Amino acid sequence: MIDSKNQNGFNHDPKFMHARLKTGKIWHRLFFSSTAIGIMALIILLISIINQSLGFVAVENIKDPQSISTIPFEQLSNQQLIEILKINLSENRLKTIEREKPLLEMGQSELIKLITEKVVDAKVVASWTLWQSIFEKEKISALVEASYPNAQISFRNWLNWDFLVRSFSSRPELAGIRVAIKGSLLIVLIAIAFAFPIGISSAIYLEEYAHPSKWLNRFIQTNIDNLVGIPSIIYGILGLAVFVRTLAPLTSGEVFGIQGLSSRSILSGGLTIGLLILPMFILNAQEAIRAVPKSLRQASYGLGATKWQTIRSHVLPSAVPGILTGSILAVSRAIGETAPLIVVGASTYITSDPSSPFSGFTALPIIIYNWTTRPQDQFRNIASAAIIVLLISLLSLNALAIFLRNHYNQTRVNL
Amino acid sequence: MKKSQISPNQKSSLFIKKHYRGEFIIQAIFFLCAALSIFTTLGIAYELIKESLLFFRTPGVSIIEFLTTTTWQPTIGQYGVLPLLTATLITSFFALLIAIPLGLGAAIFLSEYSYPSTRKIIKPLLEILAGVPTVVYGYFALTFMTPLLRSLLGADNVQIYNMLSAGLVMGIMILPLFSSMSEDALNAVPSSLREAAFALGSTKFETSTMIVVPSALSGIVAAFIVSVSRAIGETMIVAIASGSGSAFTFNPLKAAETMTGYIARISGGDISYNTPDYNSIFAIGLLLFIFTYILNLVSRRFSKKYREVYE
Amino acid sequence: MKNNELKIQSDHYAIETNFVNIYYGKFRAVKDVNLKIQPQKINAIIGPSGCGKTTILRAFNRMNDFILTAHLEGEILLHGQNIYHPDVNPVEVRRKIGMVFQRPNPFPKSIRENITWGVKINGYQGNLDDLVEESLRQSALWDEVKDNLDKSALSLSGGQQQRLCIARTIAVKPEIILMDEPCSALDPIATLKIEDLMRELSKLYTIIIVTHNMQQAARASDYTAFFTMDEDRAGVMVEYGETGLIFTRPTDKRTEDYITGRFG
Repeated sequence: MIDSKNQNGFNHDPKFMHARLKTGKIWHRLFFSSTAIGIMALIILLISIINQSLGFVAVENIKDPQSISTIPFEQLSNQQLIEILKINLSENRLKTIEREKPLLEMGQSELIKLITEKVVDAKVVASWTLWQSIFEKEKISALVEASYPNAQISFRNWLNWDFLVRSFSSRPELAGIRVAIKGSLLIVLIAIAFAFPIGISSAIYLEEYAHPSKWLNRFIQTNIDNLVGIPSIIYGILGLAVFVRTLAPLTSGEVFGIQGLSSRSILSGGLTIGLLILPMFILNAQEAIRAVPKSLRQASYGLGATKWQTIRSHVLPSAVPGILTGSILAVSRAIGETAPLIVVGASTYITSDPSSPFSGFTALPIIIYNWTTRPQDQFRNIASAAIIVLLISLLSLNALAIFLRNHYNQTRVNL
Repeated sequence: MKKSQISPNQKSSLFIKKHYRGEFIIQAIFFLCAALSIFTTLGIAYELIKESLLFFRTPGVSIIEFLTTTTWQPTIGQYGVLPLLTATLITSFFALLIAIPLGLGAAIFLSEYSYPSTRKIIKPLLEILAGVPTVVYGYFALTFMTPLLRSLLGADNVQIYNMLSAGLVMGIMILPLFSSMSEDALNAVPSSLREAAFALGSTKFETSTMIVVPSALSGIVAAFIVSVSRAIGETMIVAIASGSGSAFTFNPLKAAETMTGYIARISGGDISYNTPDYNSIFAIGLLLFIFTYILNLVSRRFSKKYREVYE
Repeated sequence: MKNNELKIQSDHYAIETNFVNIYYGKFRAVKDVNLKIQPQKINAIIGPSGCGKTTILRAFNRMNDFILTAHLEGEILLHGQNIYHPDVNPVEVRRKIGMVFQRPNPFPKSIRENITWGVKINGYQGNLDDLVEESLRQSALWDEVKDNLDKSALSLSGGQQQRLCIARTIAVKPEIILMDEPCSALDPIATLKIEDLMRELSKLYTIIIVTHNMQQAARASDYTAFFTMDEDRAGVMVEYGETGLIFTRPTDKRTEDYITGRFG
């Protein structure tokens, strides 16, 4: 029974269609704005970091440079500069400096810098952001005149070479991240040394040997999937309980005959981070292995190779690009992790480079955390400089990962 | 035809045995490595439970007090976890308030509306956002968001450390995570459904919101639950910006320490093992672990249900 | 009523194309098509693979708009009005010209909701239950599903799903129904059911069906258009006429070759 289509019943009012289209347009804009807000947040984040890392500083000299030498330092010879140092500094301080680098080997700018710091003792008493430095010049000048009459205003880039090579100091303008960088590197190395072999082995087992029919294998896989979602601080707690406390003899070096060190060592930190990135690494490696086409394996078996021979000679080499990318991603995760290291006992004030896996440690994110929470403005400046270093390393790593991924995808396609 | 010197069966069976043993050893090694992961979970559970038991057996500490009272002052023997819990929940709430609507909007935009050229630019940017270490977000919260809030809402109303600031920045951190998971779910909806909808005379908005999103719902729900778990377990942003020292308050403009912040603060200082302070870390950690573990289980359930439909 | 008005005003064609060329980027997929479709008849479009049949079909309801690189030159006239005119709203076009796809694609909702969704967004103000029943009856599905309309559409068989897709298409009261090889994913019995259904529907709607199956075109359609591929791989329409004539006395050798199976 077919009805006539004359009784339409639909709303043919053009205003209705107009309203529908308009609603569509409004929501389109809303959806776009949501995306834009996210991107803007990123941009604002980056700008605010850069904003803090450059700007005017008010520098006060503890000792008047004029009282040391009436001639400007730049016009003095190295000999004369060394003389000044010898006159004004104590023997001990000279010895400390000489230990790092002999005075005679230093260039003029180095000597001048040394004098400025140690003799004149230039101190940064106030700092301003880039924005303020550009737009509030007069206000800054007036403020400095009023509050710091003896201070000079100069422009400072907090991220400079000194910053990278110096070690810690309680004075923000003298602080550097060398120790932190070394600490981070060592931790990442230990973490990878731990996670890589175990991770690959686990991935090989799960992808090549494990039959999903056995409940144990499914249990292991589910377990790894779950481990990825556990908050990093809980890994920290695990590291504290197992590596720092239970395995204290191992991680403090006692087992190796080293006495007097705490078990809150680089080794503990590295192993904890290793445990943290392990599940993620396994999943990545599994995907890389899974991506190897079955036909490759079958060709190998068809020639009479055993399982391990097939894996070693065909599957693994083919999966290497994916595993490599996964490793790089794991490293970027490891570099940025802070919470587990805090729990395991990263030091917030260490002046000497880590000398062994059993020494106390600090890491770049820990430094950033510490400096961010200090009250003085200048610490905010160096925190932002350290953040820039961290972000650049991460960006480079990720760019490398993407480059490798594209490169290997190309070669595979060309085959 | 040349006759072989040895009977073929004999020689080949020797061959097989030799490789078989080697293969077995290798397989065993790999298996042990994989099984190590179980020890990680067991280790976490064991340590958390062991120390928590010690904690609850300390005189003056009871589970009921732990779960129901609203003061956390270990120095005077008060161990009510509610202040830490509410701080965690409030910061997570604001985080999700930002991340879910904006993330879903971004996901819909990227999946349904954007041109490939736009997507090529936006997706990497969102990935960068996701890759920023949380300590940097903490810095951002303290140095940008808090002053912003103080100038918008009045410096008297907003404390220097406050939950809103931390929560909002946490939201920015979670946004790319939720957005990319939701976008995956939306992309997995077959385009034949969209075509059917368009062929009936619908606008893109109607198709996206009434056909595509409902079809992708279990995937989106899985993404939501993962985001909740992430928010609860986040440490650095709240440790830097939300405040140290617990406070039981529902006012997001005030400072309050979260569960994760507490663990970070206590364990970062000097620790003497077997003190209530030390053990309390584990009790709180256990609570955190239980929450996030359950959330992750539920999320995977939704994820699986979703994948079954579309793959 | 509107129906008779149409017959007077338009050129008594349901839809017509004027020198339509469709490009995907630089590649011309369809060349200089001049096709005038007879109303309320079953019009079949046949031809070998890749000669633009689906492309031209999807051009009728502006579904090609969703392919970024596709663009159309020429005109497609519905009631004498070019549906590709910049002022024309494609959403409205798609309501008037419905489409049934190669693989049944019901929404993952209930049977009832599949039908009411398209109807509701187009602002239907009448009784929904009546409309659902009417549409299901017209698509020969009512008896099979009337007991449980809230069942999921995905639980139906392939043939039933396709009839559901037809039901939801006619629920929004289009003028033309486009069908892109609607039976290719179905078994022979389901196919015959759909062909019978098409015959009934053509009393009210103009049906344009693309099919690979020559026998189907021969037995089920009133008019047939034969498409083939040009030297530069563009699709061209060779001829269009009454099905009986096309299959027994084709005017073009290419048509004859295809029909007699010498190629394609």
